[in-house]
Amino acid sequence: MTETVIATRGLRKRYGALRAVDGIDLDVRAGDVYGFLGANGSGKTTTVRMLLGLVLPTEGEVEVLGRPMPKAAREVLPRVGALIEGPAAYGHLSGRANLALLDAAGPGGSRRSRRQRVGDVLDQVGLGGVGKRPVKAYSLGMRQRLGLAGALLRRPDLLVLDEPTNGLDPQGIHEIRTLLLDLNSTGTTVFLSSHLLAEIEQLATRVGVLDRGRVVLQDDLTTLTAPTGATVVQTPDPARVRAVLGDRVLSTDADSAVVRGTDPAEVNAALVSAGVPVHGLRLQRPSLEEVVLAAASTSADRVGVPA
Amino acid sequence: MIGVELRKLFRRPRTWVTIALLNALPVLVAVLLVLTDLAPRPGEGPAFLSAVLTNGTLFPLAALAIVLPLFLPIAVAVVAGDSIAGEAQGGTLRYLLARPAGRTRLLVAKLVAVIAFVLVTVVIVAAVGYVVGTTLFDVQPLATSTGLSGTVLTPEQVAGRTLLAIGYVTISMLGVAAFALFFSTLTDSPQLATLGALAVLIGSSLLFTLDAASAIAPYLPTRYWLSFVDFFRDPVLWRDVTRGIGLQAVYVVVLLGAAWANFTTKDVTS
Repeated sequence: MTETVIATRGLRKRYGALRAVDGIDLDVRAGDVYGFLGANGSGKTTTVRMLLGLVLPTEGEVEVLGRPMPKAAREVLPRVGALIEGPAAYGHLSGRANLALLDAAGPGGSRRSRRQRVGDVLDQVGLGGVGKRPVKAYSLGMRQRLGLAGALLRRPDLLVLDEPTNGLDPQGIHEIRTLLLDLNSTGTTVFLSSHLLAEIEQLATRVGVLDRGRVVLQDDLTTLTAPTGATVVQTPDPARVRAVLGDRVLSTDADSAVVRGTDPAEVNAALVSAGVPVHGLRLQRPSLEEVVLAAASTSADRVGVPA
Repeated sequence: MIGVELRKLFRRPRTWVTIALLNALPVLVAVLLVLTDLAPRPGEGPAFLSAVLTNGTLFPLAALAIVLPLFLPIAVAVVAGDSIAGEAQGGTLRYLLARPAGRTRLLVAKLVAVIAFVLVTVVIVAAVGYVVGTTLFDVQPLATSTGLSGTVLTPEQVAGRTLLAIGYVTISMLGVAAFALFFSTLTDSPQLATLGALAVLIGSSLLFTLDAASAIAPYLPTRYWLSFVDFFRDPVLWRDVTRGIGLQAVYVVVLLGAAWANFTTKDVTS
């Protein structure tokens, strides 16, 4: 049994009649890269804010790093790095000055090592050479990097990141992804909130899907995208596949056929011996997108007229 | 945490621009007085101004009297109104609280920073007033300003009582700061918090001039602001000064209590 890093039980937040978060039970374990997925307005941000003690729950419990939140915020939060709904900094100060102020604003971390730690973390996010430029002259991507630097400043055991690659170019995204995977491999648990499926699919080991304030799915990514028991055959002639394998063929389209069977070699042998040209074979897996779309309803910011 | 807030406040260019602008009006008044030699008659215009032509050491007090009705409260309301709402609007509040700065500690640090701003501002206005007054006007021992007692104050007495007046003006401004700080915890817009505090002051000043409001006049926050002139009567007239301090203390305690109760229990969604 691995240690639980984030646990919520029946967590609820009501704003008047609106149930922003409606009784969720999260379970994030040490060493996870937990992908927290949900459409806009599904309650992701409210949940993240409740984890950090910014928004107070209407009902339910939150435990972070084994301690109740927000009661134990003073012990828990120094071990948590966070990027919440985009970075924020004082525009007239340099990135370095901003990080020094943030570091001084809370407990832990000696004053003597502050300059060194701020320098290290700026190097880590690729802002080491930025100098004394005020933050208001930063690009969107630089601000995002500075926000990440702030989250990493405390060498946290848990990173809670909301859309961390927002505003970054493809190289930047790749760089940050590598950084997060490095940190994860050295023991940092990462809680990644996003609506970008591709990003979660590339990074996460576990996935939770939020839909209208409820968790509709929470499992390991490998389980969710496990083989379906079928093999996809790439062929210029799907009709002949059907002729050879009969009712084992589940579906066909212009250049492929889906065949029941968990052993591509066996499927290949059967087709090739019958003279069917085969260009490629792979086990069929559902994409994360298919899994999420099957579990969640329509986008919450779509406000249609009720039928 | 208090050090962080002080650094933030005094490293911000806006703070010093505010203080510089605050000093511009008294300096302009001094220059005009010297050029025209037209001082208001005793009992007219801002307090002490009638006496400064003959004694420049009174100009710090005249300068305070000039900025006290409007300029100084505006500056204090801007800084105090910005304290929480400004962080909320800039998005930095959530990072401070997630750091964690602690809500009560943050509020206390903001309060200390605002008090420091008030004190620094009042002292600078008085100091600039002193420099301007002693370079532009004559300096001589004076008869007390109001002409009520007519006795002569030594320069030491003037200095001591000027310090008392600086302290009193600072305390008077804490009421403004408390209003603005409380409003600052209610809204995510610093402008709204500042305007709220100014609305209270303008309302208070207006009611003070109204005979029909005389029953509530002793409780208006601006009621005893100008009582610092009483330090320059001989002997010092303590009645209004002590009432003024007591009244500000009540406002400060009640409003800070409300600010604390609100800020420590509210959802930070900014």
